[in-house]
Amino acid sequence: MSDIGIELDYIMGRYNYWLFCILMMTGLYITVSRGNLIKKIVGLNIFQTAVFMLYISMGKVIGGTAPILTEVPETIYSNPLPHVLILTAIVVGIATTAVALALVVRIRESYGTIEEDEILELEHDMDFGSGAAQGDPVA
Amino acid sequence: MNNADLILLAIAIPALTPFLLAATGKWPNLRDTVSVIASIATFAAVLPLLLAVIDGARPAISLVEVMPGLVIGFEIEPLGMLFATVASGLWIPTALYSIGYMRGAHEKKQTRFAICFAIAIASAIGIAFSGNLFTLFIFYEVLTISTYPLVAHKETPEAKRGARTYLAILMTTSILFLLVALIWTWNIAGTTEFRAGGILDGRLDPAFAPFLLALFAFGIGKAALMPFHRWLPAAMVAPTPVSALLHAVAVVKAGVFTMLKVGTYIFGIGFLGKTGASDWLVWLAAASILIASIVALTKDDLKARLAYSTVSQLSYITLGMALAVQMGVIGGAMHIATHAMGKIALFMCAGAIYVAAHKTKISQLDGLGRKMPVTFACFTIAALSIIGLPPFAGAWSKWYLMVAAADANQLIIIGVLMVSSLLNVAYLLPIPARAFFLKPKDDETHGDAASSRIEETPLLCLLPICFAALGCIVLFFTIGGLYEYLLSIPIRPESLP
Amino acid sequence: MMALIEANLPALQVVLPLIAAPICAILGRGGRSWAFACIVILATFAISVALFAQTYAGTIISYRMGGWEIPLGIEYRVDRLNAFVLLIISGSATLVLPYARRIVAAEIPAERQPLFYTAFLLCIAGLLGITITGDAFNIFVFLEISSLATYALVASGSWVNKRALTAAYNYLIMGTVGATFFVIGVGMLYMITGTLNLADLAVRIADHGDSSTLRMGFVFILIGIGLKLAMFPLHLWLPNAYAYAPSAVTAFLAATATKAAVYVMLRFMFTVFGFDYEFQADTLRMVVLPLAVIAMFAASIVAIFQDNLKRMLAYSSIAQIGYILLGLTFLTETGLTASIVHLFNHAVTKAALFMVAGCFILSAGTCSISKLGGIGRDMPWTTAAFVAGGFSLIGLPLTVGFISKWYLVLAALELGWWPVALMIMASSLLAVIYVWRVVEVAYLQPAPEGTVRKEAPLSMLIPTWIFVGLSIWFGVNAMLTSTAAGRAASALFDSSHILWKE
Repeated sequence: MSDIGIELDYIMGRYNYWLFCILMMTGLYITVSRGNLIKKIVGLNIFQTAVFMLYISMGKVIGGTAPILTEVPETIYSNPLPHVLILTAIVVGIATTAVALALVVRIRESYGTIEEDEILELEHDMDFGSGAAQGDPVA
Repeated sequence: MNNADLILLAIAIPALTPFLLAATGKWPNLRDTVSVIASIATFAAVLPLLLAVIDGARPAISLVEVMPGLVIGFEIEPLGMLFATVASGLWIPTALYSIGYMRGAHEKKQTRFAICFAIAIASAIGIAFSGNLFTLFIFYEVLTISTYPLVAHKETPEAKRGARTYLAILMTTSILFLLVALIWTWNIAGTTEFRAGGILDGRLDPAFAPFLLALFAFGIGKAALMPFHRWLPAAMVAPTPVSALLHAVAVVKAGVFTMLKVGTYIFGIGFLGKTGASDWLVWLAAASILIASIVALTKDDLKARLAYSTVSQLSYITLGMALAVQMGVIGGAMHIATHAMGKIALFMCAGAIYVAAHKTKISQLDGLGRKMPVTFACFTIAALSIIGLPPFAGAWSKWYLMVAAADANQLIIIGVLMVSSLLNVAYLLPIPARAFFLKPKDDETHGDAASSRIEETPLLCLLPICFAALGCIVLFFTIGGLYEYLLSIPIRPESLP
Repeated sequence: MMALIEANLPALQVVLPLIAAPICAILGRGGRSWAFACIVILATFAISVALFAQTYAGTIISYRMGGWEIPLGIEYRVDRLNAFVLLIISGSATLVLPYARRIVAAEIPAERQPLFYTAFLLCIAGLLGITITGDAFNIFVFLEISSLATYALVASGSWVNKRALTAAYNYLIMGTVGATFFVIGVGMLYMITGTLNLADLAVRIADHGDSSTLRMGFVFILIGIGLKLAMFPLHLWLPNAYAYAPSAVTAFLAATATKAAVYVMLRFMFTVFGFDYEFQADTLRMVVLPLAVIAMFAASIVAIFQDNLKRMLAYSSIAQIGYILLGLTFLTETGLTASIVHLFNHAVTKAALFMVAGCFILSAGTCSISKLGGIGRDMPWTTAAFVAGGFSLIGLPLTVGFISKWYLVLAALELGWWPVALMIMASSLLAVIYVWRVVEVAYLQPAPEGTVRKEAPLSMLIPTWIFVGLSIWFGVNAMLTSTAAGRAASALFDSSHILWKE
């Protein structure tokens, strides 16, 4: 009974890491497995969010409040540094997403599709020049 | 002008000639004059150095320090001086000969040809004068690269294939083995300088010595030790002056010269003899001598037969080093000179036959001797010298190599050398014999009209041939001086009394 | 005024191009934005030279960003190693920009050119930032600044070939995954030590000793940076990105982007984790070493079969990165020297070669090898530059490539790793094949009928030949580079040994 209790504690006490793992893997999996360029970006965002969570939960001090100065000297604060870092990371993430989306727009304009397999097919045709590209969407 | 400047001059003249050649490329006569003058000037720069070295001077100069402790520098010792003299001296007749040949055969891109030729000579002299293994390696690679356009000169698919084989084998061996050997040497000895008595004694574990020697022996691909000899026949697609000077003198001799140099100044003959590191090389060289001779017997193409003969003769020199006795080094060094003289004459004859009669196969030569008597007379003299019959130069170097084999107690090797001489007779003498004594075949498509137009070679081709053939005889009678000179190659460390 | 500038050199190094970038964007079309970018880069280069001179003797410049105390604030820290890398980055930029003018005019529409130069400046700022900063998280931020700019730069090749778009997209996905892995790794380190300052991290990690969290952090950082520097098999983004980016961008990226990533790798492995970190030593020898060797061979073999010259050079870059990583895995001073010296040597060589490819594109309209027949006669200088660069790639003596090979093989022999030494040489023979393929076509094959090709303009030839000249100069006289690299290596080596001795 007690053994199981410890294990449960061990698992439950680190639930933020478990969530991080699950989110990270989900995001990474979507990025790798989806053929739709937009969905890939969504996966990438989930993946990044997982990391944000890892950092934020890392900064939490048990019993600590938000790191805003109070008058009470014995207040325990959570670590503010990870918050700051993640603010920066979020900005970076948004910038990445913006560039990625812009690229997708351009890809859609010139290829006429945002499905990876169709793009690969088009590129294959460009390489090996199969004269009758079946259903060339641009044309 | 002191000796150190002369070293630079001897390398700089051929190295800078290409600029002049490129500038005068539009006027063929002027360009070819530049070529000849450069060859004479180079020899004129080398000659005083030779005299100084005979007097016992050891001129040296260092140029730049590439990496801490690694210097590009030159230092002349007897062995290198001999090679430089041979290479630069034979450039003069070859320069004349190539004018006759290139014009006679209507080759294209003669300027590029002359430029690469001069660079190749510069690097051969650079190899000869190198003061350390590192410098030698640099010029060794320059030589490989500068001769590539010469081999590919005709730009036919065949020439390109030959040039590719040439480059592939020489590059592979030099980068894969020679460079590793060089760095290994640097790693254990802390220097790559050539020193009397070697730099490895006491630093290299004798158990590893055969491996390092193997890296060198196979790494020096230009020595054409079997099984890395394929490039030499492949290079025969080049115009004949290239085969004559480079693939009978400069390039291949650069290879065996490096071999001798490594044996004498890196390992040290004493170290080699003490550890027995070179025993295996004796047998490999012996095998190389015999196998290449036998292969030469089967070749109908004149240049290919001469190429395999070269492969065989080069292994004599490797053998001389591997025997690890002083007489072996002397015999090997002497063979550099005597074989150069004989082989250049043979190749020039082959080129003359091509220019005059457009024949490349031995079986087509029947009766040609009556049309080109001088050419074939010279061919016979040179062939006899290569075989090793007195009164021709080749006799001496074979003699000293046999003495070396006796010194090293390798009686079987004496037998090998004798059998090889017989094989030489078998593959060289039939050629003039056919030309002089057989009747021309009449069933050829050319008919009489074509063959009657065949005349003696152009004079510019003929003179150098006569010169080289004469050299074979003169060298026989002056060999005493050469022997005395070669005795001054230091064998033991200088510090010992 | 001078004193003020001098005191703030480390900050200016990054801030200057960063601030100049938006200004460049509003300068409008024409040569104005280009001229402005040139001036800025020149100033940046001057700063790098000054920093290099200040640190050459061994002083370490520690600069506190905004005056905050270290390790709370961000520290910019310049020592021999990163001063050397700063010099490579800003130096390449200085040479690539003059070159870029003509080829960018040919490849990118006029109204987009100011934006192109803006992205270029941002990219430089990012790369310099990665190199100069002494703060782990700051590295991530600059990594992303440079990467985002790079994605845009690569995508701007789409005016010539739309495949640049997908190349940029794939680069973006893999690059972002890599950067995020890196942040996770940094997070793990932060969890253990509570600091982000690299020097501070080193001390605290040594005190903390080994733990599974530290190992996780190490692995995440290794993979994250591995993606950025195109470590085999994480290199998939590189060939297309290099092949379809505008030629000037390719030349710049090849010389700098992967080099900055390699620097980060060096920094983390040897300053933060330290030589004596056993898990790292094991990982390097068991995992990275085989991968590096595979990269040397696999990428070279793939390069042999490419028809697109830029793609061929890109694969060759992957192989060359293999050499750099191989040098790390020896974990000796000589090995490290080999890596650092090759960092410079490869930058110079590859920049020259990619510039040659750009010249071919401008004059012949193609860099497909099969269409370059006889180009050696039409463009003698450009082709000669290729031959010289190719020699360096092969590692022939009198070129920088030889110096790198020398140190690399020496390092292998010192350890008695025979097979590795032979493999290094064997893989450079593969370089002979792919270089010689081009040489043969360029000189020995007749030109395709009806082609008119002029020699490349001087504004492109001169930068190309400066790179070629550097690769020959430092091949003949390698005292400066090899001493600088040797000192940087020994500084890394000594400092981390002291820490882990406890």
